[in-house]
Amino acid sequence: MNASLVLERFNKSLALLLLTALLIVMLFPFAIVTINAFKTPAEYASNGPLSLPGGLYTDGLRDFWDRVDFTNKLINSTVISVSVAVAGIGLSLLNAFALGIGRVRGRVWFLIFFLMANTLPQEALAYPLYYFAKSLGLYNTRLSVIIVFSVIQSAFGTYLLTSVFSTFPREILEAARIDGCNKVQLLLRIVTPISRPTLSVLFVFFFIWTWNEFFLPMILLVSTSNQTVPLAIAVLQGQHNMDATTSSASALLGILPCVVFFLLFQRTLTKGITAGSVK
Amino acid sequence: MAVKSVSLDRGYWVFLLPGAVALLLVIIIPFLINVGISFTAWNGITEPTWIGLDNYQKAAHDKTFWMSFQNNLYIIVAMTIIPTIIGLFLAAFLYDFVANKIGNRVASVFRAGYYLPQILPVAIAGVVWRWILQPRWGVLNWLLDQVGMEPRNWLGDADIAIYSVMGIMVWFQIGYPLVIFMAALQRVDPELYEAASVDGANWLEKFIHITIHQIRPEIFVVVLMTLIHSLKIFAQIFVLTRGGPGRATIVPSYFAYQNFFEKANVGYGATIATIMTVIIILLTVLFINVQSRQELREAA
Repeated sequence: MNASLVLERFNKSLALLLLTALLIVMLFPFAIVTINAFKTPAEYASNGPLSLPGGLYTDGLRDFWDRVDFTNKLINSTVISVSVAVAGIGLSLLNAFALGIGRVRGRVWFLIFFLMANTLPQEALAYPLYYFAKSLGLYNTRLSVIIVFSVIQSAFGTYLLTSVFSTFPREILEAARIDGCNKVQLLLRIVTPISRPTLSVLFVFFFIWTWNEFFLPMILLVSTSNQTVPLAIAVLQGQHNMDATTSSASALLGILPCVVFFLLFQRTLTKGITAGSVK
Repeated sequence: MAVKSVSLDRGYWVFLLPGAVALLLVIIIPFLINVGISFTAWNGITEPTWIGLDNYQKAAHDKTFWMSFQNNLYIIVAMTIIPTIIGLFLAAFLYDFVANKIGNRVASVFRAGYYLPQILPVAIAGVVWRWILQPRWGVLNWLLDQVGMEPRNWLGDADIAIYSVMGIMVWFQIGYPLVIFMAALQRVDPELYEAASVDGANWLEKFIHITIHQIRPEIFVVVLMTLIHSLKIFAQIFVLTRGGPGRATIVPSYFAYQNFFEKANVGYGATIATIMTVIIILLTVLFINVQSRQELREAA
């Protein structure tokens, strides 16, 4: 073996060692929460947080699940996120059809408008929305959150879809027009099916973003029976003095749905993160 | 035929109606009302009274207000500056060295691992770290105790709470620039590096003159997006410290929230929210400007 080969091997091992050390730091919180969610409080007290659980003790998880009625929280989050994704895509599609395909007059200004709406801090809408919701009888309903976030997400969706639609092949539109297609048919039968891949990226984005929201849902949903998963878990942290293992069980229940989404949607997401950032 | 094609090209604005009306009702009008409220004294129950710019003058002399923006600078360091720098080096290292010399799959495993915190709702990330930093039975203090170091009240000690929050945000944020930069590096022409090597450039020179130079657009996007995100930071603070102890970790959004819903100072809350909005809009205008200039350059 010559010297440069040895050096190269050494460099490779050193690189792997450093990267792995960083990986351990990054994944440590996930691992530590998981192992301690399956411990008995006595085990935690005597063996500390780093030992592996003696058995699969699930009482902590079950306890917390029942205490917050986690099934109800999962249903709330799912209903809200799916509704927002569907309604948000509907609105974005209509907007982008007018702006990107129809190229209505002043579309640049409309686009700037939508982009601005997308970046406004929710704090600047919170009190009026809270007040409206109260006076319309929508306060503390899932519908209020669905309406607000469908519109907020559609602002981003419009921006992204319009830039996709503005490069939509004109020949296809021409051909459809010659075949006597009207605008509604053009939207439903031509533009929507062809842009399905982009729409599925948007669906995943809207779903996950809505699932992860905190500030406005907290203000609009006051009773626990209407709250979402992150909201219920985060609010409960402050209220109850939970022991270490129940606490980690609650964190694990907050993490799990997101890991499932990540595994399910991984390809769409990695495609989307990079596309959404620069486009 | 000519008449028909004209009629098809018009009338698209009808499709814009639902979306534009919804935007008006849910975002534009509430936003304008919020600006209006900022010129009033209002407890949310009785009639608001017009007080002009008093709230803004109050903000200018309010120590907590300035403290919240000062803390926001710390958050910007933790969410924008540190993750962008680490993300650049890490992306270049994974892309150049690990993917080439060790293997593409290894590089993507590391990338996925570093990205994992990003999939969490920020509120849940906060819950996880609150658990780790719990002063009595938390993991970090337990570890420190094992190696004979002094345990600390990481989130409850006013001198260190902001640094604890910063550390958590760095952990949470690194994956985002890393993924974007690694994707960006794919479009950098490898011949540039070869040419530089022939000219005798060392690793650092290549990193600065080729890598950073070539992926400037992505660096810019990442910096702006994370800047805007850090100005909006709320859930993390709500879960971790509620702005405390005292006002050690107060940020503008949490300060606005307190005034809206805890102190019944709706007018003042609206003022803080309006000031945040102005800053964010200025950043967004900058973003649109640079992006359209970039598109022009690409088109040319």
